[in-house]
Amino acid sequence: MLDVTRIKADFPILGREVHGKRLVYLDSASSSQKPSAVLDAMDRVYRNSYANVHRGVYTIAEEATSAFEAARARVARFIGATAPEEIVFVRNATEAINLVAYSWARKNLSEGDAIVLTEMEHHANIVPWHILAAERGVELRWVRLTPDYRLDVAELERLVDGARLLAVSAMSNVLGTINDVRPLADAAHAAGAHVLVDACQSVPHLPTDVRAWDADFVAMSSHKMLGPTGIGALWARRELLEAMPPFLGGGEMIRDVRLDGFTPNEVPWKFEAGTPAIAEAVGWHAAIDYLDGLGMDAVREHEKTVTAYALRALEERFEGRLHLYGPLDPEVRGGAVSFLFDGIHAHDISQVLDEDAVCVRAGHHCAKPLMRTLGVPATTRASFYVYNDESDADALVDSLVRAEKFFAL
Amino acid sequence: MPGLEDLYREIILDHYRSPRNRGELPVPPAHKVEGFNPLCGDEVVLYLDVDAGNGQVRDVRVSGQGCSISQASTSMMSAAVKGKPLSEVRKLIRAFKALMSIHESKLEGDGGGLDEDGLAPDGADGNAALDDVRLGDLEALQGVVKFPVRIKCATLAWNTLQQGLDEVATPSPAG
Repeated sequence: MLDVTRIKADFPILGREVHGKRLVYLDSASSSQKPSAVLDAMDRVYRNSYANVHRGVYTIAEEATSAFEAARARVARFIGATAPEEIVFVRNATEAINLVAYSWARKNLSEGDAIVLTEMEHHANIVPWHILAAERGVELRWVRLTPDYRLDVAELERLVDGARLLAVSAMSNVLGTINDVRPLADAAHAAGAHVLVDACQSVPHLPTDVRAWDADFVAMSSHKMLGPTGIGALWARRELLEAMPPFLGGGEMIRDVRLDGFTPNEVPWKFEAGTPAIAEAVGWHAAIDYLDGLGMDAVREHEKTVTAYALRALEERFEGRLHLYGPLDPEVRGGAVSFLFDGIHAHDISQVLDEDAVCVRAGHHCAKPLMRTLGVPATTRASFYVYNDESDADALVDSLVRAEKFFAL
Repeated sequence: MPGLEDLYREIILDHYRSPRNRGELPVPPAHKVEGFNPLCGDEVVLYLDVDAGNGQVRDVRVSGQGCSISQASTSMMSAAVKGKPLSEVRKLIRAFKALMSIHESKLEGDGGGLDEDGLAPDGADGNAALDDVRLGDLEALQGVVKFPVRIKCATLAWNTLQQGLDEVATPSPAG
């Protein structure tokens, strides 16, 4: 069990008040808060060891380089990668997916090829493929949802037949649904397709082993897992990275540049043009240390408990007037809880909640195709993380009671 | 700190609960125009029956879905422009958007882009020309400007109306 009182104390922002009330932060699926350990680690870089990486031969440049590369190794170890060189630092999961779309897919896919996506994808795992589809005449196929908000895998075999890529989220940012990646990957590989996993929502909340998934590409962001914004990673199997052409051109990504051309650097630096997010990499390292200190199994167990508590509280308090979108079984879902009241728009709900310093997300959550499938314009989403406990779920419910009363017809 | 009662005035909640002029009009002769707020998925659909000869908005119907602010603003707009001369409607649009943007420009840390719909800068002349415009119930919506992210909700119907009137005035080649 996590000691949430102690954890809350590690996050300076959770000590502040908003509108005279204790901050209740329930929007970690959008972006998480940062513990002092992360803030301090980044501060230390800038105060003691800051210089550009992979360039200078002076001491602090070597310190910065070694801290930066240590972060890469830390990320690799956290997700079960074979080697640090399989980790390409990018800005965020969105950029990781775009890197695959622009480099791997544009080299390997042409007119008539197919990509399989799912209805529950975030726009980050849809729009890069729409752009590719429009440019190359690539066909997009969609895995549908079942009535209980899971992927309809009965369709999978037919969909992946002849496809080149299956791109799927490991955990829905709207429904909370956890997708069992391994069987999906097996089906895709059996059909000769590669597998990209958008693990942006799952890596912060579940133990991750990219080799156990048997994935080919995995995208993730630091900012959703207690780390800073501006850094994320693409993990890919080394031989794929080796064969992929560079994405962005510039410094760092080259071995040699001549008037008549260039020779790219080795992986992963081949994909890291320009000065990277150095302090952010170190901050991400500290965030991973913090999460591993809690233990990812304990994180998962804690979130299951709090999510189950919140689901039960919402159902009991509001009965049929509140609709939950997502599986009800905590075993197959994460801590993103989407809901809607009859006749009250998600934005109006979150406006009232803000007055009680309860931070939730209202809107389409960058998943408009999913919203259309659900037949709603928007939902309100509360999402739980390591620093949330039952008291936060209670605060949510109390504030919702007030919101419902306010907008009562 | 602005309170909920600044945002959700009674007249706004009344329009939200009992929206006026809901429905559709046959197209043609009516003109249909849709507006979206990509941020939150609010949607406004207007059916405008414009009498070009008399220069009058003969009838208006609205459909779509969204938050209380966007739907109340749409309802209040429909009541305000129905049966009005086009010139008056145009003035009303400008006056309402000025109501939303004058306050907006006073907001600290306004990153711009909250209102990129080409409203003319509010020079002295512009304001003077709008002085005689009666906003009436619409003034209830001015509390919205204290909640910057909700301004788009309030202006959606008006931007959509402006777009619709422009389309009626200058039909596209596609018809």
